[in-house]
Amino acid sequence: MQPTPTNNGGLDDGLQSQNGHDRRLTDEEFDRYSRQMIVPGMGKEGQLRLINSKILIIGAGGLGCPAAQYVAGAGVGTIGIVDDDVVETSNLHRQVGHATSRIGMKKVDSLITHLQNLNPLPHYIAHSYPISARNGADIIQNYDLVMDCTDNPATRYLISDLCVVLQKPLVSAASVQKSGQLIVLNCPPTPQGLMDKKYPPCYRCCFPKPPPPTSFVSCGEAGIMGPVVGMMGVAQAGEAIKILASGLHLSSPSDPEVERNLIQPTLLIYSYDLESAVGPYSFRALKMGSRKKKCFACGENSPENLSLEGIKNGIPNYDTFCAAPIAKVSLPQQDRIPAAEYHDKKQKGELPAHILIDTREKEHFSFGSIDGAVNYPFGKLLMKAALIKRDGGDGDEILSPISARTQAKKDDDGKDDDTPIFVVCRRGLDSQETVEKLKELGVDHGGKRKIMDIIGGMKAWKEKVDPSFPYI
Amino acid sequence: MASKEDTPKIPITVDFSGGLEMLFSNKRRHQVSLPSLTPEGQPATIAYLIDYLCKNLISDPRTDLFVLDGHIRPGILVLINEADWELEGEEEYEIHKGDNILFVSTLHGG
Repeated sequence: MQPTPTNNGGLDDGLQSQNGHDRRLTDEEFDRYSRQMIVPGMGKEGQLRLINSKILIIGAGGLGCPAAQYVAGAGVGTIGIVDDDVVETSNLHRQVGHATSRIGMKKVDSLITHLQNLNPLPHYIAHSYPISARNGADIIQNYDLVMDCTDNPATRYLISDLCVVLQKPLVSAASVQKSGQLIVLNCPPTPQGLMDKKYPPCYRCCFPKPPPPTSFVSCGEAGIMGPVVGMMGVAQAGEAIKILASGLHLSSPSDPEVERNLIQPTLLIYSYDLESAVGPYSFRALKMGSRKKKCFACGENSPENLSLEGIKNGIPNYDTFCAAPIAKVSLPQQDRIPAAEYHDKKQKGELPAHILIDTREKEHFSFGSIDGAVNYPFGKLLMKAALIKRDGGDGDEILSPISARTQAKKDDDGKDDDTPIFVVCRRGLDSQETVEKLKELGVDHGGKRKIMDIIGGMKAWKEKVDPSFPYI
Repeated sequence: MASKEDTPKIPITVDFSGGLEMLFSNKRRHQVSLPSLTPEGQPATIAYLIDYLCKNLISDPRTDLFVLDGHIRPGILVLINEADWELEGEEEYEIHKGDNILFVSTLHGG
């Protein structure tokens, strides 16, 4: 335990002498930060603490961009950013720290360009490679506070575990489609395994098990509203500034002042509704539990489970823990046709009359599709399949939402409709699963009816057949 | 044992968030009248509510997106009157009149 600091009146005195932060502000600093320094509780001391702090932002995307802007604007002295991606046009509706003129540039460099323009005073550090179990500790240990602005469960568990062992506060946010979440973890930083009173939770305390990969969607697939993710990123910056300006990151949980400052761990959730646009916005602040005795990373026996050495050497294994989504089906070759071959054969009239099912979401479909395609979103199809399975019944029923013909023909002459089916999706995974699902339901009539997957989906169609196709 | 019709009902509000509303008629808030006793005559708990929702309220037949192996699927938080269910006894918590139960799917995008 650290010795208890003596003078602790609030944000404007506190830990300054302990850190040797008592200096005059430069004229430039005085001018630039004046409007936030006059806010009660902030003052010169809070500002000096920010200037002497080092913050690490992991992810330079929809959360990282707005978060970084406010952290840089507020004058946090050292700002590190981790990301190995490059700027794409489809990022720009939400990743407002990048620019049209910087498409193709590394996100880290693009964002730092923007931040330097906003505030040249902080020291910016570019980590333009992905964070991993190997390099994670070496990066994080140089900083005072970490902001998790990443986009997948495995990285989120890794970052939290490293922050527990290295005793760094973690401000974590996430957002997809129309929802956002925010929580402050490990703050004040508390040694692993301490259980004698209420200590702050880590990510695993709140979310002990990752979701099954099948239920996990990314912004690329499900979409994301800019203001929703932006709001969460800005809120992250707000929490980080609060912690650094008050010196909470330098304290230990045994400080009496800290005890007074400890508040209920809170998960903020934001739900945004496009269907009832005039309805109320919904922010909810939910009470979360404190450190859990049984927590793998910070609980009673956690030092046996988790160490820097272990993490570096692949223990635990974050990929298997979160079982990253992979293609589950791979159809035999005879059930598949390349996009270009489908196109050529159709042009030459070599394809029989067939049904072409496009399983993308209706929003995707609405921008364009292959001539003659009918839209049957994958989710709806799975739902229908589950219903047929539950209630029993004719597998061909699965086609009823898109083709009245199938049933009618069967009734007329008692024969099955063997019109071949082709399936296309966005990138070629859902379509394979659809083919498999249809066969499982017996829609192939024991092999009499051909059901084919168009390899690579509309992505391949754009690349190989029609470069002007509006693919999202 | 009381028959189903005689069992008094507990009026509660059940909310879904983080995308889970898609499984429940795409509605974020539902007013639910939960039988106060289980068929076995036990007081209605969160465990019973989860089972009840799976049998009576869910509109999507893919119930495994909500329940796995008889328990709430990993990656879903349950909040009882705005507090993590862990603070209230998790599945054992006995439902009271007017309770607000929120199911939130945890998000990972960014």
